[in-house]
Amino acid sequence: MQNDLICAGFGGQGVLLIGKILAYAGMHEGKEVVWFPSYGPEMRGGTANCSVVISDRAVGSPIIAQPRGLIAMNLPSLDKFEPTVKPGGLIIVNTSLINRSVQRTDVEVLEIPCNAMAMEAGSARAANMVALGAYVGMTAAVQLKEAEELVRETFAQKPKLVDVNLRALHAGHDFAGAHRADQAPTPEVRS
Amino acid sequence: MAKKLMKGCEAIGEAAIQAGCRLFFGYPITPQNEIPEYMAARLPQVGGTFVQAESELAASNMIYGASAAGCRCLTSSSSPGISLMQEAISYMVGSELPAVIVNIMRAGPGLGGILPSQADYRQAVKGGGHGDYRVLVLCPSSVQEAADLVIDAFDLADRYRNPVLVLGDGLIGQMMEPVEFKPRPPVALPPKDWAANGCKGRKPNIINSLYLVPEVCEQVNHRIAARYQVWEEKETRHSGHNLDSKYDLLLVANGSVARVCQTAIDDLKASGVEVGLFRPISLYPFPIKALREAAARAKNVLVVELNMGQMRDDVDSFLQGRVPVHFYGRQGGMMAAPEEVIEQARAILAGRSN
Repeated sequence: MQNDLICAGFGGQGVLLIGKILAYAGMHEGKEVVWFPSYGPEMRGGTANCSVVISDRAVGSPIIAQPRGLIAMNLPSLDKFEPTVKPGGLIIVNTSLINRSVQRTDVEVLEIPCNAMAMEAGSARAANMVALGAYVGMTAAVQLKEAEELVRETFAQKPKLVDVNLRALHAGHDFAGAHRADQAPTPEVRS
Repeated sequence: MAKKLMKGCEAIGEAAIQAGCRLFFGYPITPQNEIPEYMAARLPQVGGTFVQAESELAASNMIYGASAAGCRCLTSSSSPGISLMQEAISYMVGSELPAVIVNIMRAGPGLGGILPSQADYRQAVKGGGHGDYRVLVLCPSSVQEAADLVIDAFDLADRYRNPVLVLGDGLIGQMMEPVEFKPRPPVALPPKDWAANGCKGRKPNIINSLYLVPEVCEQVNHRIAARYQVWEEKETRHSGHNLDSKYDLLLVANGSVARVCQTAIDDLKASGVEVGLFRPISLYPFPIKALREAAARAKNVLVVELNMGQMRDDVDSFLQGRVPVHFYGRQGGMMAAPEEVIEQARAILAGRSN
């Protein structure tokens, strides 16, 4: 069993942190994990991304040509990585900043207004935590309580931010839960 | 210490600290800047010293000096910087001094690019600088292995009084993986009674690589070369994947790209095709005997590298025509994908190969 994803957005949106929290959570659950950042020459205002692999067995290549998951926090990221997602994979689209739909018809899509929901939770900067919660809610790649623990650790120096980020994380998780309930096939009616 | 998620570069720095290294000299270059960054923060905490030198030339001569004084010291750089260090490395071999050097390679030639590449294989394993010498070359393919090999590198350098090079690339240096520093039993090493560290009450020690009398210089060359023979007997290291299967094709790959081969092999196995992987960990001394044993069970060998076939040339000469040797490589910072390796493997197995 392997979960892998590419997490992409503007520099400053905290996409590398989403990946790190997932990798740490996977490690705490005893899984094999790798986190690999894009470290090429990037332009200010351009895209940053990282790939994360969470697996039951030793991880081979950490460079994921066809990710099972994509978190696209801005339009350039969706443009760049939408074509690479594995058929049957998942694309999480931050509709606060992306004004187009996913063109692919062979993937699952979760459209979620990360920035708007983060504002509601108390800080626009927690949009990444909304996306993280949504990814965990959609894939169960790691347990929500591990992610919560890591949010507490990450913001331990700034206790005020812990609650905001936890609220954002839960908002994303709940949103994904509601989406999955909607999508669940209607039980067959037996006569 | 519990398992921690660390970048390869940070793990290399911590490993050096754990090995008792208290001096770092270096000059910044991507993709290894997290090593000096880590050492700059960490060394003062343990009573060590970090110096950002004015150039790689200076940094490498600083470790020459620190090593001559008997200290465990480290420098790290990336390809063009390592080229600038070759003079000092040659002098350290000539002066029979230990040192640990880390090269997180970039693509070349020239200033090249910063993405993963194995373009310095030949420079690393054939000596690199002037004069008739080698350095021991260790090549990790995970963050944990990078940490373990760096600690070993310090012991090996001290045991053989010769520089040891740890060779990685941007993938090894930049990715984060769990790493654990377990307590190690102390290793018995010869005393550094040759060090120029104050001669009060004893005869002065002289650290020098100038031997103008040819008979003496020849003796020194023989003494140094004798170590390399010991390495070939005692210090080769290798690993593998799926080597206990009945494979017709053996892949040979090192470092980062060996992981890609491992993924390719697992995918091939899932479709019923058995392929083995031989991964040298010591690139010099190369595990020749083990390679021959693994290759003897194959009908074909495919060398996969992130260069134009530098290790392929070695594998070719080690196997002496016993098995056909094929090559697949990517260059310039392009990472081979598992799918590409699978395609190459299938082509060779189907008898339509390069």
